[in-house]
Amino acid sequence: MATTSRSAIGRRAALAALGAGATALAAPRIVRAQDKVVRIGMPTILSGRVAQLGNSSRNAVLMEVERINAAGGLAGRRIEMVIRDSKGQPQEAARIARELINTEGCDLLLDGEASSGGFAVNEVARDLGVLCVHTNSETSSLTADPKLRLPNAFRVCRQGVHDSIVGGSYAAGVAKAKGLKRWATCAPDYAYGRDTTAQYVEYLKHFMPDVEIITQAWPKLFQPDYTENITKLLQAKPQALYTCLWAGDLTAFVDQASIYALLSQMELFAVNMADYTTLTAVKHLPPGIHSGNRYIKTFPKTPQNAAWADAYRARYKEYPTTWSWQNSAAMHFFEAAAKRANSVDGKKLAEVLPGLTVEVPFGTDGTITMRGEDHTIINYAIGWGTTIPTEPYVPDMHPGDWKQIVELEAEWKKANHYT
Amino acid sequence: MDLAALAACIANPGCVVTQATSGFIVGMLLFLVAAGLTLIFGVLKVINFAHGAFYMLGAYFAFALYQSSGSFALALIGGAAGSGVAALACERLLISRVYGGSVLMQLLVCYALVLILDDVVRMVWGNDFLSMGMPAQFQVPPLFVAGGVVPPFYLFLIAVALAIAVALGLALARTRLGKVVRAAAHNPQMVSALGINTGLIYGLVFALGGALAGMAGALAAPVRSLTPGMGFSILIDSFIVTVIGGMGSVAGALVGALLIGFIRAFGSVGFPLFTDGIMYMVMVAVLVTRPTGLFGRNAG
Repeated sequence: MATTSRSAIGRRAALAALGAGATALAAPRIVRAQDKVVRIGMPTILSGRVAQLGNSSRNAVLMEVERINAAGGLAGRRIEMVIRDSKGQPQEAARIARELINTEGCDLLLDGEASSGGFAVNEVARDLGVLCVHTNSETSSLTADPKLRLPNAFRVCRQGVHDSIVGGSYAAGVAKAKGLKRWATCAPDYAYGRDTTAQYVEYLKHFMPDVEIITQAWPKLFQPDYTENITKLLQAKPQALYTCLWAGDLTAFVDQASIYALLSQMELFAVNMADYTTLTAVKHLPPGIHSGNRYIKTFPKTPQNAAWADAYRARYKEYPTTWSWQNSAAMHFFEAAAKRANSVDGKKLAEVLPGLTVEVPFGTDGTITMRGEDHTIINYAIGWGTTIPTEPYVPDMHPGDWKQIVELEAEWKKANHYT
Repeated sequence: MDLAALAACIANPGCVVTQATSGFIVGMLLFLVAAGLTLIFGVLKVINFAHGAFYMLGAYFAFALYQSSGSFALALIGGAAGSGVAALACERLLISRVYGGSVLMQLLVCYALVLILDDVVRMVWGNDFLSMGMPAQFQVPPLFVAGGVVPPFYLFLIAVALAIAVALGLALARTRLGKVVRAAAHNPQMVSALGINTGLIYGLVFALGGALAGMAGALAAPVRSLTPGMGFSILIDSFIVTVIGGMGSVAGALVGALLIGFIRAFGSVGFPLFTDGIMYMVMVAVLVTRPTGLFGRNAG
């Protein structure tokens, strides 16, 4: 009897313990359901040579999350961000993305990786079927190539081919005016550097066919010393140099090139120069560098854009970057899609995102549109100009023509068998 | 591969001067790091995988001192001295406990040191990349020698590194301390039996190695962006240098470093996509024909 009794008590105790355990384990989800939370997982680069850009992505997202939550959240659910550092390593980005969904219970992915990690996160999104918005991967093929494009993945980010068309058009104008026919390139040796350089050269030659590329340098990504590349470029004696080096790599390159007086011997076209992190990090910014607009508060020259930059600066004591505006715009897309779908379900959001237009300070006319055919944004502010050493850094930005961009992009896709 | 470009460069004195200067710059910075690495291995028999961290510390110390004082000389001295002190502390607290231990244990301790020092830098200076900027005295136009371009800052850098190489060589060959260090590398038991404090010698050698790496970091700080973990890339090249030159040989480190520097400088003209490959091929060739390195001693 005693044994039976003890056994009966033991079963009850065991059941109670199991029940308590199950409740305890389920508690976060129950609380979340009651609290109406939507968790967004975000892998990005928070350490290493481009950490400044990853941190600026996180900052912009948190600023928007605060605004959206104060206004009632996404379809009535409060946003909870789960942000993890990939250290810029693709395999780590993929692992984190998977963990954010499977372990952390995130509902959506905001992929804040550069191209090297973005492609890896895209494959995780393909595998798990989760809605993924890429915010910092500029390599065009990510959404242009139908083999890579996913029904559940979108890109809220500038694109290499767009920059190249605008850059090629602008450069051809300068080249014609100054007679620059002998060109060189210097780009990091990975997908973004190779793709973007090839596209830039293609459009430079499209707009000025008699341009000749006399030498190309391919330093490694995050290479500490560019001396051998700089001296090689000096020997080739080009009249103009194009580079898509970025962040700390571009800063080191400009610093090292300056002591060889390289910039006085050729015109420099650096697509990624006009971003505050780089503009302020170069200690002696040479005047007259041609650059694409990454992010500056005076382009587009609207009160909304300046106000957004000032609000960001007031909060974080530094200016936003190109990664900031892209992540801010991505949160606007989440907000608008959730409103239209009246849901935060990834599948429903993916149905309403194509063709969606949002009002943001970063559009040419105050809006940006998610193009339905290839899940990437158009109509964002894009232009080129020349630098001066102090604010506003690029006083006269020449805006790109979106009609021309879209037409040439369509031809590029056709030539690459993407359409 | 562009052999025509390489041939044209070699036939052009201006190109030779420019690329040779480039080779010296890369080589002499590598030498400073590799000399410390090879000294530490020669005397302590520890493969110091944390050596790149002292290069990083040197750069950050120099950055901080330059920001606060505006003196590049102070930045250089402080960068080297700070790294030396940090290396001594690491040796006394951690490395000294794995002398004679397995390579795996030494590797783990060194790797732990790398992670700790990287995180310390993150905590103090943040995750973002930093740029020190060129000191005012070197913000001058480059020199043109035989049609080649030679920046004055790089001449200074090469001169400092060469002076250190000569001083190090003389100190090891001519001074009593140098003789003791060489003796400790050869037969530490005998040195100990003669009443010499080998622990002190080990600590000094490790600190000297750290200071040399720190000096390299401080010299590189004006032209390289500073970021936590920046020591890793130079560490790999330094290991190649020490393998080519011979583990434990300072002269070998100098020759190996200059060899790598020149491969990089002229390889970027003739084999722009295969420069790293050539470096590794040279390393393999040395390992096959002379496993102890060009200047290494045979184990027997």
